[in-house]
Amino acid sequence: MMNETANAALVKVDGVEKVFHRGSEEIHVLRDLHLTVAAGEFLALMGPSGSGKSTLLNLIGGLDRPTRGTVSVGGERVDQLPDRKLAAWRARHIGFVFQFYNLLPVLTAERNVELPLLLTHLSRAERKQHVATALAIVGLSHRAKHYPRQLSGGEQQRVGIARAIVTDPTLLLCDEPTGDLDRKSGDEIMELLQALRQAHGKTIIMVTHDPHASARASRIAYLDKGQLSDTPVK
Amino acid sequence: MKFAFLIWSNLRRKKLRTALTFLSIAVAFVLFGFLSAIRHALTGGVSLEGADRLVVRHKVSIIQLLPVSYQQRMLQIPGVAAAAHLTWFGGTYQDPKNLFMQAPVVPEEFLDMYPEILLPAEAKKAWLATRTGAIVGRKSAERYGWKIGDRVPIQTSIWAKSDGSYTWEFDIVGIFDGKNQNTDTTPLYFRYDYFDESRQEMVRGLVGWYSIRVKDPAQAAGVARRVDQEFQNSPAETKTEPEGAFVQGFVNQIGNITLITAAILAAVFFTILIVTGNTMAQAVRERTGELGVLKAVGFASSQVLLLVLAESCLLAVLGGLSGLGLARLLTAGGDPTGGMLPLFHFPTRDLLAGVGLSVGLGVVTGIFPALQAMRLRVADALRRM
Repeated sequence: MMNETANAALVKVDGVEKVFHRGSEEIHVLRDLHLTVAAGEFLALMGPSGSGKSTLLNLIGGLDRPTRGTVSVGGERVDQLPDRKLAAWRARHIGFVFQFYNLLPVLTAERNVELPLLLTHLSRAERKQHVATALAIVGLSHRAKHYPRQLSGGEQQRVGIARAIVTDPTLLLCDEPTGDLDRKSGDEIMELLQALRQAHGKTIIMVTHDPHASARASRIAYLDKGQLSDTPVK
Repeated sequence: MKFAFLIWSNLRRKKLRTALTFLSIAVAFVLFGFLSAIRHALTGGVSLEGADRLVVRHKVSIIQLLPVSYQQRMLQIPGVAAAAHLTWFGGTYQDPKNLFMQAPVVPEEFLDMYPEILLPAEAKKAWLATRTGAIVGRKSAERYGWKIGDRVPIQTSIWAKSDGSYTWEFDIVGIFDGKNQNTDTTPLYFRYDYFDESRQEMVRGLVGWYSIRVKDPAQAAGVARRVDQEFQNSPAETKTEPEGAFVQGFVNQIGNITLITAAILAAVFFTILIVTGNTMAQAVRERTGELGVLKAVGFASSQVLLLVLAESCLLAVLGGLSGLGLARLLTAGGDPTGGMLPLFHFPTRDLLAGVGLSVGLGVVTGIFPALQAMRLRVADALRRM
């Protein structure tokens, strides 16, 4: 079970290293990295390209495993979960928001949002109800039957957010959610993320290059050469 | 079932590609159905006729004749329950293309030997009472528009009448049906006494081959040996074999039909395997990123494998069922050659085998892309979105 006590550490990353191999070459993306994120916090992770931001997000979300160190979310050792349990854990506890929305083009907005619910035991009617609620939260009830190609970039990202929150996860992991949007749409998405944190108590970790977006976060951490700091990299 | 929309939506992603693959599979299965029907038409009699019947023919060749007097000697051989003779008449009706089987027989013996021929009692009575009487199978009766009471002329190039003419006239006294679908209802059978008395004197008393019924099918091999021993060192030595082997001998004049159809089908299905396999591989490659998203939102690797496999199976089964259904419809009309393939139909057993084959096709073509999808690392897949 997730520990949902406010201000308690929801995410703990201890001494994490991540090494990729390219042929015989070893690439150290993260080095002895430590990070704690409190429940209800909105953390913005910033840093130059290749600094390891997305890799760190993937480790926290259980999409990848660290070479060394531990990753805990809600008291669960994510780095130790076997693959099958990890998939089920992600479905229950994590909502992903991607830079390019990553919607399935062959499905309508509501069907895209329904995807994570297919892994639950909810009935068809219950799934419909949850989807309707999620779409209402992101303000897209009227676009439920539309395909991604019929939606603007901002609308597609809102569908992506609806898909991320439909299972009511504790932690939202957003990888450059405004990176593909114009300023106005980007602002709308950031307002939505802030509302999810304030009104629904979501913990959010967001990777971004955009100072405008990071200004909305409650804390900013900077990543450079695989290590974190509280101040921007010069 | 709740994943059905996902599978169906993926198939509709590239409609043209899916349609072309679907059509390729359907055409392959139409061909499967047709070849099954042809194979059945040519070999159906081999495996399905009476197990208790043996055929005695001339040792040299089927076209060499045997004396009619052999019948009584055969009946003396232990294990032989009955014997009846037939002779290939080789006639045509009106047009040389209208070739179908005719044979002179002794009615009671013949009907007793072939209980699968269903002839009404009054027709049998009429046949026994009419020297020029003939019975004809329903297929030929319908094809040529014959009815009871008609007098039909049959041309033969083999048997001249004593007056030198090659046209024989028969009175249709009965129309017979088959006990099952495998019974050939195209032949015309007429009376041997009329045939023997009307043909030229030098060939009288000779018949084409004998069918004998053994008392115990388990002893058939011994009976066959005894029959052949009986006529050893005579001017007309015999070769006795099971009815199936006899029919097979006819079929083998064309070639090994089973091998030929198997070879054609193997070539067709190998091609379809590559076409469908390529479609599935391409479909999975194109949506690597989407599969990554499914895994990111919590789909287990095994679920992703099943989704891809279900997609290829659905495509193969839909294509297969359409092809098989079409083949069944197209072969429902029966013999398309007008008499050359009287048993032409697509058997239910082969239809079911076709359904199994379509599932197999789906599994084989889908398994490698599905394994590829299962092994995808989420982080790598998302980078390819």
